[in-house]
Amino acid sequence: MVTPMSAISLAAVVESRAEAEEARAPKAEVRNLSFYYGDYRALKALNLVVYEHCVTALIGPSGCGKSTFLRCFNRMHDLYPGNRYEGEIRLYPDDMNLLDAAVDPIEVRMRLAMVFQKPNPFPKSIFENVAYGLRVRGERSRRALADKVEAALRGAALWEEVKDRLAEPAFNLSGGQQQRLCIARALATDPEILLFDEPTSALDPVATASIEELITELKSRVTIVIVTHNMQQAARVSDFTAYMYLGELIEFGRTDQLFIKPKHKQTEDYITGRFG
Amino acid sequence: MSAARDLAAIRALIARHKRWDRVFAACGVLALMTGVLTFTALFVDMIVDGLPRLSWEFLTRFPSRRPEQAGILSAWVGSCLVMLVTAFFAVPLGVASGLYLEEYAPKNWVTDIIEINITNLAGVPSIVYGLLALGLFVYQFGFGQSILSAGLTLALLILPVVIVATREAVRAIPQGIREGAYALGATKWQVCRDHILPYSSAGILTGIIIGMARAIGETAPVITIGALTFIAFLPPAPLQSEPPYLSFDWVLSPFTVMPIQMFNWTSRPEAAFHQNAAAAGFILVLMTLAMNGLAIWLRYRLRRKIKW
Repeated sequence: MVTPMSAISLAAVVESRAEAEEARAPKAEVRNLSFYYGDYRALKALNLVVYEHCVTALIGPSGCGKSTFLRCFNRMHDLYPGNRYEGEIRLYPDDMNLLDAAVDPIEVRMRLAMVFQKPNPFPKSIFENVAYGLRVRGERSRRALADKVEAALRGAALWEEVKDRLAEPAFNLSGGQQQRLCIARALATDPEILLFDEPTSALDPVATASIEELITELKSRVTIVIVTHNMQQAARVSDFTAYMYLGELIEFGRTDQLFIKPKHKQTEDYITGRFG
Repeated sequence: MSAARDLAAIRALIARHKRWDRVFAACGVLALMTGVLTFTALFVDMIVDGLPRLSWEFLTRFPSRRPEQAGILSAWVGSCLVMLVTAFFAVPLGVASGLYLEEYAPKNWVTDIIEINITNLAGVPSIVYGLLALGLFVYQFGFGQSILSAGLTLALLILPVVIVATREAVRAIPQGIREGAYALGATKWQVCRDHILPYSSAGILTGIIIGMARAIGETAPVITIGALTFIAFLPPAPLQSEPPYLSFDWVLSPFTVMPIQMFNWTSRPEAAFHQNAAAAGFILVLMTLAMNGLAIWLRYRLRRKIKW
């Protein structure tokens, strides 16, 4: 089921923005976040609020640090030596600092799921891919696994396509299906925030449209942060947009305002294509 | 400006450059054939010498003073048992070391030094391992001139091969797979157990078998620790008819192995013993080829499911 991009009607967009306006409960708050790869300061004192059940887009030219920023949320940088965070990312409602050294990164990753740039299904069956997060959490009941896998695949709009071949290797799926499988894998464990790292950059336009539609549907269930190099995509799917340049956050605001009336000259240059 | 003349010049140039393609192709075939033909000649010569001696009796008889009655029963059983001990120690130690170095160890100068050492260990002459084993396993630990000592020695010998093969197989797994698993909240051990080990098993198995194929042909270290050259009995059977049914007495039994049996026969003056040596050599080559074949088959079977 693919909706042509033009069919995401203006009315729907306006409506969803209105909802976003109402439900402005912060889900996470980034305070003065700096990040270092060794001595190199890749992120410089970022401040931003991620609102619950909204899509927040991070845009900016290559190398501006948007992926680095996203990977701070689920502490992916802890996997590699020499990385250091400064500042806080507070997760609500429990008001916990995700970057606190006392907080186990595994605990953070159990609460915030991630979808990567290149579809990265495991070389296992379709079922096992979606079930893996549940297995990591110790779920053993076949019944519960089957139910949750089905729910996740439905959530990722993939169930109808794969319900008869759950035992097949995930590599048999097309690129777009693989990415939706990765979304299902992330959804299966009911995350609080879903982090997308340029999820459509390896996909063709049709698959891209279906992922975008999915993101729009998903935000009623989960808070979404998405990194994208595609400004039209940010404009189409997000409620809030942050423009980053050279590790700094230049502008953050509601997507319609940022695209129609950017406050900064730099943002305007970027979104109008004069730069970047 | 004549286009036709330029074209002719270009063609001449290409033809001149292509001459070197032909020169190298000829050199390459020559070089390749030197190796292939030499091996074929050796192998064919061995078959011609040994084939008349190959029979069921040859495999089921003990060595004898009379060449026509001699067989390799104690040698091939000894080789198999030593390989069993070798695999029992080399596989878990090698795979665990390789996995630890790739997935767990911090990248600092200590691990760098360990890495360099492992690579160098692979190049240490096997007789040196034999000397070490003589002092350590045979005398210090008191294992004697037994299957256990030989198995441990050969395990040491192939340990670097298994470690390096494990590391390469583990490194070949794309980082995206690891990140995908970690992002779901998996611990290091969960990632290793559920992803790294299953996906690298083809490469690891290949490395193990290639190491074992090398070990089965090793002579020097096994002679050094004192394998007997003439053995007319089998080690006690591992399965017994009365409780506790399982016996490990065989690990401390004296033994001989295929290459030593061959070495023994070739050092005899009688030509008939040389035929026996050729026949045993043929069996030994078959054993190695079978192991390599198994490695190729396993790699093919396990890789079919995984593609990146």
